[in-house]
Amino acid sequence: MNTTNKVNKTASLLATSMIGLSALGLSAGVYAQDAELTIESWRNDDLSIWQDKIIPAFEAKHPGIKVTFAPSAPAEYNAVLNSKLEAGSAGDLITCRPFDASLALYDQGYLASLADLPGMGNFSDVAKSAWITDDGKNPFCVPMASVIHGFIYNKDAFAELGLSVPETEADFFAALDKIKEQGDYIPMSMGTSDQWEAATMGYQNIGPNYWKGEEGRLGLIDGSQSLTDAQWVAPYEQLAKWGAYLGDGYEAQTYPDSQNLFTLGRAAIYPAGSWEITGFNANADFELGAFIPPVAAAGNECYISDHTDIGIGMNAKSENADAAKTFLNWVASAEFASLYANALPGFFPLSNDPVTLEDPLAQEFISWREKCNSTIRSTYQILSRGTPNLENETWNASANVIKGTESPADAAKRLQDGLASWYKP
Amino acid sequence: MSTVRNSISNSVASHAVLLLYTFIALFPVVLIVINSFKTRKAIFRSPLSPPNEETFSTVGYETVMKQGDFILYFQNSLIVTVVSIFFVLLFGAMAAFALSEYRFKGNTLMGLYLALGIMIPIRLGTVSILQLMVATGLVNTLTALILVYTAQGLPLAIFILSEFMHQVSKDLKDAGRIDGLSEYRIFYRLVMPLVRPALATVAIFTMIPIWNDLWFPLILAPAEATKTVTLGSQVFIGQFVTDWNAVLAALSMAIVPVLLLYIIFSRQLISGLTAGAVK
Amino acid sequence: MLVTSPGSGQVNKPQRRWHIAVFLAPAVLVYTAIMILPLFGTMQLSLYKIIEGQQVFVGLDNFRHLLGDERLSSTFWNALSNNSIFFLIHMLVQNPIGILLAAILSNSRLRFRAWYRTAIFIPTILSFVIVGFVWKLILSPLWGVAPDLLDLVGLKSLYKPWLGKEQYALITLSLISVWQFVGIPMMLIYAALISIPEDILEAAECDGITGMKQFWKIKLPLILPTIGIISILTFVANFNAFDLIYVTQGALAGPDYSTDILGTFLYRTFFGFQLQLGDKNLGATIASLMFLIILAGVCIYLFAIQRRLRRYTF
Repeated sequence: MNTTNKVNKTASLLATSMIGLSALGLSAGVYAQDAELTIESWRNDDLSIWQDKIIPAFEAKHPGIKVTFAPSAPAEYNAVLNSKLEAGSAGDLITCRPFDASLALYDQGYLASLADLPGMGNFSDVAKSAWITDDGKNPFCVPMASVIHGFIYNKDAFAELGLSVPETEADFFAALDKIKEQGDYIPMSMGTSDQWEAATMGYQNIGPNYWKGEEGRLGLIDGSQSLTDAQWVAPYEQLAKWGAYLGDGYEAQTYPDSQNLFTLGRAAIYPAGSWEITGFNANADFELGAFIPPVAAAGNECYISDHTDIGIGMNAKSENADAAKTFLNWVASAEFASLYANALPGFFPLSNDPVTLEDPLAQEFISWREKCNSTIRSTYQILSRGTPNLENETWNASANVIKGTESPADAAKRLQDGLASWYKP
Repeated sequence: MSTVRNSISNSVASHAVLLLYTFIALFPVVLIVINSFKTRKAIFRSPLSPPNEETFSTVGYETVMKQGDFILYFQNSLIVTVVSIFFVLLFGAMAAFALSEYRFKGNTLMGLYLALGIMIPIRLGTVSILQLMVATGLVNTLTALILVYTAQGLPLAIFILSEFMHQVSKDLKDAGRIDGLSEYRIFYRLVMPLVRPALATVAIFTMIPIWNDLWFPLILAPAEATKTVTLGSQVFIGQFVTDWNAVLAALSMAIVPVLLLYIIFSRQLISGLTAGAVK
Repeated sequence: MLVTSPGSGQVNKPQRRWHIAVFLAPAVLVYTAIMILPLFGTMQLSLYKIIEGQQVFVGLDNFRHLLGDERLSSTFWNALSNNSIFFLIHMLVQNPIGILLAAILSNSRLRFRAWYRTAIFIPTILSFVIVGFVWKLILSPLWGVAPDLLDLVGLKSLYKPWLGKEQYALITLSLISVWQFVGIPMMLIYAALISIPEDILEAAECDGITGMKQFWKIKLPLILPTIGIISILTFVANFNAFDLIYVTQGALAGPDYSTDILGTFLYRTFFGFQLQLGDKNLGATIASLMFLIILAGVCIYLFAIQRRLRRYTF
């Protein structure tokens, strides 16, 4: 590690002096030939934002470095990236999934340590937690954004039906009942076909209120809590009631179906992640609102899932390490944070620099950070390192529970048994 | 009298079955194409109706064309597909001829060895293949794709072609030998023309997975200059896509070229088939 | 260049028959270098295990783990049984439909044959991405093409979200796959049927064997070798299948693993999925088992069935 650090230091020193030179206009041409960076990413939806906004902003500041954004589809990203890294043809910059997937890449020597990257100082320990070695010494990805869960609703529909924003569980189901009774709208737009919707927008969305956010999550990791405890079964008991409020044939409804159902104005409530904001703004011709996952009883403290979702690191074998570090430092800057957050409202910056968001819906989501306690998704850190994989099993269990093919207690027991089969706290 | 009526009712029944099946086969394709020319609302409101003045829209195509150079992608796909088919047919037919024509030590073993490839998905070898391409500097070239697809197409081609070559009349070949033709000429002049139907069939079987493959273009040649149509249109069919105008347009654009290619081949196929029948 | 032996049947000719090597060389070289060696490299991982960051040889331990561990083995057997159902549906639906269509098309007096043949083959040329997408749309409860169509014939009550229900999803996907691939048996059998020499059929007609009877008595026995090839190709393709299920149901092969086949199980294990990291060694173990299953099927075909189907040389 020491040698790597030394090399890195020399490299960044070299980079700084090179940039200094190119700023003087002495070796810009030579430099330009050498520094072409490719970014590996799963965010193919963001292609045009990178091409039109982010990369031009960087290249304007750093002439001589050319950046290409080369995304693949989310479902294939891990497989494609791992194959390319193993064979040595991966890009210079690697978009990082949170926690173990990226940690494994670092442990195998594919991601470089960023311990000496000056820009890392702009992030809190919480922000860095998703991309750091277990001993906390070596961060390996610059945190880019987190996503917040909640519910997005059709304001026009709520006004039409005389509904107010639900704050408690009871309010929530009363509102759903009223929408269902009235009949013009499908109460809630979600399907179980893709499974992850049920787990991510269902279980991880409402769950933190029951397991008390970080307290429960850490309890699970240190073994003081079990998935069969009441606070972990309770969200499943809630989900079991959801099936009745979803659209006909929701069992075969896919994720794009759910999005379309809502943006076409046919459903009133959408269990959401904040990343939906951009797409919904573009496609919905009614007013959008958002509310916090309802708490069990009025006055209870609220917890939200504010999940560190996306970071960016450097390929340890990159031939343009200096340019890559320049780019990463820029990603850590206030300029990038503001650019990214406003180009993609709903992906909230993680840096300490205050960022002004322009989108009202994004403002609503981020305002919850003040009101509620933040946590990350319960299955992501450590608990999905083994097989059966807790995250994947949670997808399956959440879908089963909503459909009523497995009882909440059975599902919880199956998950706990699966976890206990390989995880010893 | 009765046979005439019989044959009329037979042919009515035949047409009924074929029409029904043709409808089943084409309905989904037509659905994609007509909806790709409609506004988003109309796609959902009345998916079955063709576009009219009110609902006609090409917004999907505009989005797709903005995203990349589809003419170039199409050209790449075409080069990769055609060159791979050529090598698969040539090498495959040669090997199949050797296996079906000559008895030599290890014939059966060689046949089995060459058939192994249809029993394991080549995708499993991805990492080694990629390492090979990195080592030879072929990453992001069409050559890499052509090599992989040739290797991938060979086992099935050899398997099918050797079955057909078994059926070529022995007398004909022996007559050729008596006339002093070399083995190469016998292969090229006598046998190849006779297995034309099989060659056309293999060509089509080989073409489909190559044209439609997403995996190897993604891994071996993802660069802008070497993107294939399937990879280019895949940008619109990710997990987070709701722009159905763009998806449907991209799908239509991926269908039409391969459809044309198939129709061209299918003429060859028909003449090949008839030539085989008349011998 | 080379003196060759006349007649193929005679072995032990004194000359070395170089032309055999020339005919075989290009295919064998390309195939070995780009397919067999990489695959062999992967398969041998099934005998290794990563222990403390090093690949260590463990013999058949991975196989014991896969088949002995309660969870893993139940996943494996579930995938194998789903795969068998998938294959069975293809044999029972795809191949008979293929034979039927080919039989009708081979009637030389039928008009528009070329047109039908082209149209029916079109689904086969579509990519899995397209097939998966369009059938999901058609069967979607939301988009409503299938419910609407059923409504037209007054059968709306029969509609179910088939792809989302455990009891229907696998059958639905098998039928979609049949829809996509029926062109292949059709084409192969069509080619076999029209290459039956006219004189055989004329002789049969002289004996008064015509129509259906002619098909069963004369044509079917003659095309049996082709049906044999189609069956084994279907077997191999079905046990290697992956893409259709992956694009419609995802790598978790929902609902509740009811559409999980060996290919999706392998992909999930080998490449990993979402938070699950890929396990190359266990993946290679699954791949080796799949390979053995397919090899067994092919050997049964080659040594038991193909030998009995006498080849007819015309």
